[in-house]
Amino acid sequence: MAQAPSVSSEELQEVARNVRRSIVRMTHAAKSGHPGGSLSSVEILTALYFRVMRHDPKKPSWPDRDRFVLSKGHATPLMYSVLAEAGYIDRDDLLTFRQLGTKLQGHTIMGKPPGVEMSAGALGMGLSFSLGAALAGRLDGRDYHVFCLLSDGDSQEGQTWEAAMAAGHHCAANLTAIIDRNHIQNDGYSDYQRFDDEGQSPDRPGGWVMEDNHTANIMNLEPLADKWRAFGWDTKRIKGHDFDALTTALQDAREDDEQPTVIICETTKGKGVSFMENNPDFHGKAPSDEELTQALQELGFEE
Amino acid sequence: MVQTAADKATREVLGPTLARLVREGLDIVCVDADLGYSTSAVKFGREFPERFFPIGVAEQNMIGVAAGLASCGKVAFCSSFAVFAPGHCFDQLRMAVAQPRTNVKLFASHAGVVTGEDGASAEALEDLALMLSLPSFKVLFPADAVECEQMIEAAARTDGPFYIRSLRPKTRILFDDAHRFELGKWPLMRDGKDVTLIACGELVKAALDAAETLAGEGVDARVLNASSLRPFDHGALLAAARETGAIVTAEDHFIHGGLGGLVSQALAAEQPTPVEFVGMEGYGTSGTWKQLLEHFDLTPEAIARAAGNAISRKSR
Repeated sequence: MAQAPSVSSEELQEVARNVRRSIVRMTHAAKSGHPGGSLSSVEILTALYFRVMRHDPKKPSWPDRDRFVLSKGHATPLMYSVLAEAGYIDRDDLLTFRQLGTKLQGHTIMGKPPGVEMSAGALGMGLSFSLGAALAGRLDGRDYHVFCLLSDGDSQEGQTWEAAMAAGHHCAANLTAIIDRNHIQNDGYSDYQRFDDEGQSPDRPGGWVMEDNHTANIMNLEPLADKWRAFGWDTKRIKGHDFDALTTALQDAREDDEQPTVIICETTKGKGVSFMENNPDFHGKAPSDEELTQALQELGFEE
Repeated sequence: MVQTAADKATREVLGPTLARLVREGLDIVCVDADLGYSTSAVKFGREFPERFFPIGVAEQNMIGVAAGLASCGKVAFCSSFAVFAPGHCFDQLRMAVAQPRTNVKLFASHAGVVTGEDGASAEALEDLALMLSLPSFKVLFPADAVECEQMIEAAARTDGPFYIRSLRPKTRILFDDAHRFELGKWPLMRDGKDVTLIACGELVKAALDAAETLAGEGVDARVLNASSLRPFDHGALLAAARETGAIVTAEDHFIHGGLGGLVSQALAAEQPTPVEFVGMEGYGTSGTWKQLLEHFDLTPEAIARAAGNAISRKSR
């Protein structure tokens, strides 16, 4: 398949639902892993792999393929589930996730399975790698595009901004950064003002530890779009669970031949499973047996 | 071995060698973090501007960009000072290069106390320890510019991660053009039967001078150039231990984690032998490179003294 096939929105919804089922089942089976930030990016990856990117699961090393680089390397339940839906790996392998002998390690490993472009797990490294791949494409006269998915945490690493500066400087128009802006990270909330703080906010700058031991205001990223714009990027801010908005923004980014594009996707951490939504506990925690049953029910599956 | 050529810094050969290799058909690119003048990478950039990527003073990004280029089939070189790379980008070297074994070659200059007047902050004494801790990296430290050029070519023609350590000052040329560098082989610089002096970098010349002094005292010293730290020449080391029974290591780097550590570890496992160490044990300071070698006892005299101590510890 050279060009992404045209897929209806209903079909995309169905793929996304299957991906969500795999995410909760994989983390449940592994008794560990990162469901929250996997669920928040489901629509982003579904749109990329089923509508936007030029790729071929039978030829994962095809030199002209569009590249997807997962910088938030802990979102492996999502990465592997999407690769399974897209035909890169067998769905049956998904439940070996994180177990001894698996091809599907807890954080991404380059080429394992085929389709994973980069090793990640330490945040902040994906955009540099993506820029290198974009510069190689330009040097070789290939017209592929590189998409890199970043998290709130990625956006706090200095290396991300080194890469942003360099990509703007080199006018890497064949590079697109996508930010899964779910506002929640390992210890709690990146910027708590987005949520109802119930008057807890102390009258001093910086973050604070809340009564439930989550940290609020770990690092405020706003005004995020202004920052990227200042680094020479074409900047968009969209609803990150809306397939139409995603498709338009991603396809426009692919067409842009002057500047790199950043698409800031406003998302909900844990999207689709009520008790995981906006809950920092499920950044890196697996669902219990009962929670799995409830999650599958909410997603419309019997098991 | 001839010593007729003019002194030359090992860092001077990077750019010209990469340019020659591209002319010979290799698909090399070079990422630079604003020290290409000092590492000579700019000489490559002048000849092949489309293959040269200045990315600013951003060593972490330099390694990541190089890995991305390598993932698309490029032989990706990057260069900086050893205090900045690996010093500033160890995690990037681990994640983007060592673990996935991307085809990235890090050429670091201004290593060691001989960096000189810039002082302690500029003198990398930990870089070999850092790079040797990453198992998929080949780690090389040339004794002169001739060996350095051959190492660059070997790195470019061999798939996988390489680290090449080079120095700021112009040092003596020890090899002629007939020399052929081989990965994992330590050139025998002088044969001997009483003690073996294993040195790397600019201290290979100091070890040769020490051997000359020792000869005047009736001690027959062997000298090995440990320019290939990984792969390591176990054969040459074990033969030296067996045949001479006493070892001295000499390096412009912390002994802990450097050549001294490597040699001791290998000998402890396979051929316990008295070893004496010449190297750095604390941070450097400002001075000319020759003054600093004297000040920190990285001299032929110190090596000869260590040889005497090692010989006196031989079991009788």
